[in-house]
Amino acid sequence: MTKMLDTSAAPTLSRRSLLAGLGGMTFCIAMGDGTQLVNEAQAAPTAAKQINAWIRIAPDGIITIYSAGTEMGQGTKTTLPMIATEEMDADWSKVRIEMAPPEREIYGYIFMGQRDMAIVGSRATQLYFNDMRMAGAQVRRVLINNAAKMWKVEPASLRTEASFVINPATGAKLSYGEIAAKGEVPKELPVIKPEELKPRKDWRLIGTGVPRRDIPEKVNGSAQFGIDVKLPGMVYATAVHHQTGTPISWNDDEIRKMPGVLATVALPNGVAIVGKTYPQVIAARGNIKVQWNKGQAGGFDSDQALEDYAKVIRDPNADITNLAKKGDAGKAFSDAAEVFKAEFRSDYGYHAQMEPLNAVVRVAKDGKSAEVWEGTQAPDATRDEVAKALGLEPQKVTVNQCYMGGGFGRRSLGDYAAECALIAKEIGKPVKLVWTREEDITNGMFRPQSFQSLEAAQDDTGRVTGWRHSVVGDGGVLLHTGIQIPYYDVPNQQIERRGVSHGIRVKHWRAVGHVFNVFAIESMVDEMALASNMDPIEFRLKNMAATPKARRCFETVAQMCDWKAARPEGRALGLSISERSGSLGAGVVEISLDKKSGKIKVHKVWLAVDGGIIVTPQAAKANLESAIIYGLSGILHEQISIKDGVVEQSNFHDYNVMRMSDLPEVMEVKLIDTDTRPTGLGEVGNPFIAAAIANAFYRLTNKRLRHLPFTEERVLEVLKA
Amino acid sequence: MVSFKLNGRQVSLDVPGTTPLLWAIRDVAGLTGTKYGCGAGLCGACTVHIDGVALRSCQTTVSEVANKAVTTIEGLSKDSSHPLQKAWVDLQVPQCGYCQSGQIMKAAELLAKNKAPSREEIVTHMDGNICRCGTYHKIIAAIQTAAKGA
Repeated sequence: MTKMLDTSAAPTLSRRSLLAGLGGMTFCIAMGDGTQLVNEAQAAPTAAKQINAWIRIAPDGIITIYSAGTEMGQGTKTTLPMIATEEMDADWSKVRIEMAPPEREIYGYIFMGQRDMAIVGSRATQLYFNDMRMAGAQVRRVLINNAAKMWKVEPASLRTEASFVINPATGAKLSYGEIAAKGEVPKELPVIKPEELKPRKDWRLIGTGVPRRDIPEKVNGSAQFGIDVKLPGMVYATAVHHQTGTPISWNDDEIRKMPGVLATVALPNGVAIVGKTYPQVIAARGNIKVQWNKGQAGGFDSDQALEDYAKVIRDPNADITNLAKKGDAGKAFSDAAEVFKAEFRSDYGYHAQMEPLNAVVRVAKDGKSAEVWEGTQAPDATRDEVAKALGLEPQKVTVNQCYMGGGFGRRSLGDYAAECALIAKEIGKPVKLVWTREEDITNGMFRPQSFQSLEAAQDDTGRVTGWRHSVVGDGGVLLHTGIQIPYYDVPNQQIERRGVSHGIRVKHWRAVGHVFNVFAIESMVDEMALASNMDPIEFRLKNMAATPKARRCFETVAQMCDWKAARPEGRALGLSISERSGSLGAGVVEISLDKKSGKIKVHKVWLAVDGGIIVTPQAAKANLESAIIYGLSGILHEQISIKDGVVEQSNFHDYNVMRMSDLPEVMEVKLIDTDTRPTGLGEVGNPFIAAAIANAFYRLTNKRLRHLPFTEERVLEVLKA
Repeated sequence: MVSFKLNGRQVSLDVPGTTPLLWAIRDVAGLTGTKYGCGAGLCGACTVHIDGVALRSCQTTVSEVANKAVTTIEGLSKDSSHPLQKAWVDLQVPQCGYCQSGQIMKAAELLAKNKAPSREEIVTHMDGNICRCGTYHKIIAAIQTAAKGA
């Protein structure tokens, strides 16, 4: 007898073996609203209509759990099933993990009222935490009820431990596998009350050092990334693109005559070259000459555009979006004892994920279905985009998720998988499309460049009473993440975005807008603290009325770095704070400066983060350290410039990412112990760093860095000015 | 046809002599642990050993390794038992993992000639290998751990 819920309402399953004919128990869990808070949460799960298989227990005790946490090195493939395992009281060594299929109505979290599977914005743990706990608790309850029935005792008299139900009165034990072999899953799963969830003090997995499951395969070459997939009869493709252009013509005859080249394929914004081997298509790419209809970004000059942003700030007819209006900012400024004004700039940034973008697609002979292999942050988006490209229903597209060699926000659109699908359809063979590194950069989707204007008003007690922040650039919401200051209490605020349009491709980039907004905000606060002759932490606590959560972060980091202690000659500290995805982090850097070369050396970094309950401390810390390095790299080295619509950088010789020799000697991260819901930790370690460095730089030089990145050339200009 | 030793076994690959070793290893020999990162010798993701020396396989042609011994991450040990691989797991070094084959191969070259490298020696040796997830501090710690245990 197969025990499962009626799944007739569910879409086609891509892993039927989970469900049919194997015996054991399959649990079809209705997922709740993942945005609920833990402390309130525990309201019964919302009655979601979709049901499907998340968890299966085989008669041999092996438990298979789907993970919806796409894995790019942040550890969520392991973390999410571990949360369910905790509530199940199951033996973690018996748990096998599979990636959830791209059925967003079933496996998606709810964010802003919609189901989604994209793992972006540090969402995985925070949005699946409650659902995975509830699912695990329901499975445990079913197992207990079955054992109680077998033993003819009250369920409440039984307890569980490491995949066993135990009767303390008799000492009898039944393994989860034995129960699964004989028991039944009820049509209606039991409702678990919040207070029935396992209390924190009893956790055996959450908050401990459970190793990530993906690591062993990442030290011996066996982990399968998208780029590693090989299918029978597969051919290779690469492509050239224009940021906003369309191809008119190219030296097709010449290219097709090159060794190994099988075809060229026109793409919406480029040309693909298909051949027998990858070296052959790369060689052909080097010889292709495309005439472009250049489109909107044809003559674009990024430096000129950034200068033009300064005019947009003063343009009454600008395209303005109000982001926050609080109190009466006008009055705060007219009543002010002191007013501060400052402007900041930031250049385009590139993801530089180590695995160049790639996908493998096989279209069925009859053209009625397709299969994709890709490392993707959003398997649902990949499915939709590939389906759209092929004119199929999404259900006709199977997505095989591979590991990602870095995501950082770039791998969530399914765009290059859709491109590969177009090529595969035209060629009639399975295709592996791999963009060269050069293509990955020149056809990148960037963290947008931006211009910031800030004004702050202080009353005669020094309290900051007014705040105006305007960000100019192209990229909609990408421009204004991190522009709010909920960790301070400024009574009168006016925050806005002024939009322009260039046609240059822009995208999320590890906390994206936070990078330049927090740089501007925390530099400005530092200027005020200095002018007030106050300690920067004191100023933030008193004059900015930092929240209790922010105070804890500041006080913790102050202790970590011995804030008031003298530093060696030529060194200085800088402080900053940022919020991201519900987490808050205050950080301090210690830097020195080579005034001849303009090189800023970051010696030490301390970061105190309130990220709520920490589910996997080791991975959480690794994420924060990773974000610190990513942040440092971005603001010290990385710069994309565009001339005549073409990106000027092409590989790691001119797009400089941080190397080991620039690693700070000390990097300390502390997770503040709290009892609130888990919040995102993938990005909060990144945005504080720019202002922290700029603030330290000021203490060394009495000069302000106002333009990201702080390249050596730019630092020298600032020192001369 | 180019013949060389790949992870201890004699192989003959039917590819033009100018083929970059990287693609011959990955697409013809089917060993995909060696990664493509930049194709220009700038990132180190494709690092393999040629007669014990760590080199960028994207900048080496197959004809250059004729009759030589090439070792990839798959050949570093049979069962992930190389001290570096063990340290890499113990310290949970990889994040996305894409650059780590190259990192480990580069580090293995160092440990083969220097049993107790200082932090400075490690940094100098490893500086050409990019890790975009920023696991550099863990790589240093893992090399030091492996050196102690080796």
